[in-house]
Amino acid sequence: MNTARLELFRGTLDVLILKALVWGPLHGYAITSLIRRQSDKVLLLEEGTLYPALWRLESKGLLDAEWGLSENNRKAKFYRLTAEGRRQLRHEVKTWEAYATAVAKVLGATQPPLPEEAA
Amino acid sequence: MKPIPMWRRYSRLFGPDPATDVKDELRFHLQAKIDDLVAEGWSSQLARQEAERQFGDLRAVQQIGVRMGEKMERRKRLIDYWNDSLQDVRYNFRTLGRDPGFAAVSILILALAIGANIAVFSVVNTLLLRPLPFPESRQLVWIAPPPTGCGLSCATYSADAYEEFRDQSRVYQDVTGYEAFSTPDNLRLTGRGEPVPATGIDVIGNFFQVLGVQPAMGRLFTAEEARGGFHPVALLANAYWRRQFNSDPAIVGKAIELNGTPMTIVGVLPDSFDFGAVFSPGAKVDLFTPLDLNRERNWGNIVTLLGRLRPGATVAQALDDNNRIAPNIYFNPKYPDTLGRYKGALIPVPLKDYVTGKLRRSLIALWCAVGAILLIAGVNLSNLLLSRAVARAKEFAVRGALGASRGRIVRQLLMESLVLSSGGAVVGLGLAFTLIAWLAHQGSVALPLLNSLRIDSQALGWTVLIAVFTATIFGLLPGIRIASGNLQEMLKDSGPGAGLGRKHERVRAALVVAEVAMACVLVVSAGLLLRSFVKVLDVDLGFQPDRAASIKVDYDDSAPSDEASETKRSEIFQQILARVSALPGVEAAGMADYLPLGPNREWDTPVPKGKVFAPGELPDPLVYVITPGFVRAMGMRLQGRDFTWADGPHSERVVLINASAARVYWPGEDAVGKILMRDKEEDIVVGVVDDVREETPESGAGSQIYYPATQQGPNGAQLVIRTSLPPATLAASVLRALRELNPRQPAAEFRPVRTIVDRAVSPRHFFMLLVATFAGLGLLLAALGIYGVISYSVTRQTQAIGIRMALGASVGRVRRQVLAGTLRLAVAGMVVGTLISLVAAKMISSLLFATSPWDLPTYLGMALALLLVAVISGYIPARRASGVDPMEALRNN
Repeated sequence: MNTARLELFRGTLDVLILKALVWGPLHGYAITSLIRRQSDKVLLLEEGTLYPALWRLESKGLLDAEWGLSENNRKAKFYRLTAEGRRQLRHEVKTWEAYATAVAKVLGATQPPLPEEAA
Repeated sequence: MKPIPMWRRYSRLFGPDPATDVKDELRFHLQAKIDDLVAEGWSSQLARQEAERQFGDLRAVQQIGVRMGEKMERRKRLIDYWNDSLQDVRYNFRTLGRDPGFAAVSILILALAIGANIAVFSVVNTLLLRPLPFPESRQLVWIAPPPTGCGLSCATYSADAYEEFRDQSRVYQDVTGYEAFSTPDNLRLTGRGEPVPATGIDVIGNFFQVLGVQPAMGRLFTAEEARGGFHPVALLANAYWRRQFNSDPAIVGKAIELNGTPMTIVGVLPDSFDFGAVFSPGAKVDLFTPLDLNRERNWGNIVTLLGRLRPGATVAQALDDNNRIAPNIYFNPKYPDTLGRYKGALIPVPLKDYVTGKLRRSLIALWCAVGAILLIAGVNLSNLLLSRAVARAKEFAVRGALGASRGRIVRQLLMESLVLSSGGAVVGLGLAFTLIAWLAHQGSVALPLLNSLRIDSQALGWTVLIAVFTATIFGLLPGIRIASGNLQEMLKDSGPGAGLGRKHERVRAALVVAEVAMACVLVVSAGLLLRSFVKVLDVDLGFQPDRAASIKVDYDDSAPSDEASETKRSEIFQQILARVSALPGVEAAGMADYLPLGPNREWDTPVPKGKVFAPGELPDPLVYVITPGFVRAMGMRLQGRDFTWADGPHSERVVLINASAARVYWPGEDAVGKILMRDKEEDIVVGVVDDVREETPESGAGSQIYYPATQQGPNGAQLVIRTSLPPATLAASVLRALRELNPRQPAAEFRPVRTIVDRAVSPRHFFMLLVATFAGLGLLLAALGIYGVISYSVTRQTQAIGIRMALGASVGRVRRQVLAGTLRLAVAGMVVGTLISLVAAKMISSLLFATSPWDLPTYLGMALALLLVAVISGYIPARRASGVDPMEALRNN
């Protein structure tokens, strides 16, 4: 496997953002670095797409935003999961796991499927 | 995350700014990235380049951010506004709930005013604004000659003229009409137990097709039926079908017997079509039969004309076309000299104008009156809110001090008046529903289209509009007054005697003056209309309507010749009159074919013997065919002699004429004994009667001529009796007497003659009553307004009054002072009101009858009424003021 960088599948960015905020409020830059570190630097977030996604989630009411000060006392916009966001995350994680299992099953198959009965 | 310290919040000082927010957020991101890169060992220059490269299209992202930020901001503001409003409403409900008296009074005032407005709007909408209840009703035009003095005969056309007009005109899709001379209860439904009277009208065969009326059941008349001479058919009015035939679903095709002739019912008209409501207000028509034009050809002017214009054709084009063909139309082609008789007499007007045009001014006046009521009620509400607002000044001051903006406080007060006016609108809608439902069933009021009166979606829209309007206009003033007050001052002292209170009082006094002025205008208008109505009732009708009653009589005078018929009729009439006169309580009895104040007709132009007049100089008198005794039964005044039964077919021909005719024929001479010529026939004038009002008590009388029923053929017979008893008590015995002589006599309505007069004056009565009601309402509201202001000012001055009384002022003196304040307001209002009234009176002068718009008694009456109201509404607070206990007042500040 190419250990360089993996592009994200469409639609997975939202769930990653939601997941990144599970441990507490973060600003945009912190979200990128959290995802990078947690994926052992495999997943590459295109920073240009991160912010529109954040704003979209905010306008849907999945995130709340508030201005605060960063670790080095700079004014930064912090995002926090709303109750609605948490619910959405649980739902998407479940969907993702089901999807990943199904894909893994197909890719890990060692023999063709048995012919279906009475099809 | 740490919160931003206070001093770094400056960027939000001027409200939200999504663009800066986005820029800040992205700048922070880049800066953080650069920091990290530098920490990894990049030079700061390269680090910045690398950060920007990794980010991608910074500008595009920024644009997206700004757009989304603005959208969110807008939504947030909207949600905030909505939440605040809901909060206001809840708050208002709470505060109003604490003061149910105030809420009830304001809602009641508004309900009366808004209810009156909705009801009048519905009437105006039905009569003026909404099109007539026919498809493409704008194409319908009424064609009639300009108004003249000879009644219906001069407003109608001959059968020949109708056909020629229809064939020659080019602007109409089709032309139709109906026979204009039918009278109520002109038919007798027989063959089903006791004969029942019914009202029928002959319509030209295509009548319903031209109007666009589809039958509810069955069909309309066919072309053969319309041509006449076919087997007799009839269409039923929906109401008659329901009433008389119990909504028989199988009625179509059944035969009924009318006046002894079997007729087939071919259809039932829809409920939405009410002939009377459109063409003869206040009357009902039960069934329709096709008019046989051939049979009517020699009867002179008998049909009205009604046309449906081609699409796109205008009334002006129709007039041009009518004028083009008028010279080619004969009254009767048998007489060549009747060619061009209708020149200038084929004037089309939109049907809608014909039906309701006369009412336009009355309705507009009525609309203005309810508008004034709304204003008065609004001013009252404003006053009430203002006094409440003053009492709540401290509350507002506290709210202001806690950060509520002025806009927010004004909005809250507006919301309060909106809550009140919505309450008023809901209750008012209920009132209006009741009123309209009642009005729609006033069949005896001779106003058109009353049957289609209802509260529709437009009226509901109007309700919302006036509720919001009232709330805005009258909630705004107190709101602004309060919000512009000095917070500190209010917080310090909102007790009695504070400067703000006095300022408010001036505003309130001005409001009351305005209120009184408007009430003034209403009272003057109502007074003028009332005076006119009384004058109309006082009009010398030429007959005595009281203690007289009439009933339609059925008789059969069919005989082989005119002469035999006259003899037979004379015998029947004598028998009937002898029998009826013998009834106890009957003072006089007689018959006529037409009664005054109803349909009428003329025949021809009699010429006084031996005199020569220029053509057109002589009038066509209205014709009444009467029996001996009729003049006395009607209470008409007669010079000369009445007809007698001796004036038979073989004796000399005799007539009575009215005073107007006598003045035209033999000015300055005694007409009795003179001779009138009708072609070769000589009629001796045996008597002159005073003029009888023909159509309404308000229009004058033209020439009238009376023929004896023993010498001329009457068109039906109305028995009139004069009695010393209440007429209704005779109904049964008269009908019984008629039945004994003629078992086929239907149970026709026994009508006191007074009701005929009442019907004729009912529109004026109706409007007068409404305007008077509104004036009363206006007075009541003005009284409430005066009371409110005076009462408040007494409360405010309790302490001062106490001091004065402690210093020796007498009870009477205190009362006088309060009353003087009241009268000052009332007089100021009356002065302004009188000035406006003079203008308003001039504008309604066309609605007045024999009453000057500057009628002094009316104005004096108004002044008296208002002063009285002012004194009463000032007296209650005055009493309270004089009852102030000095010690109590001084102790309790």
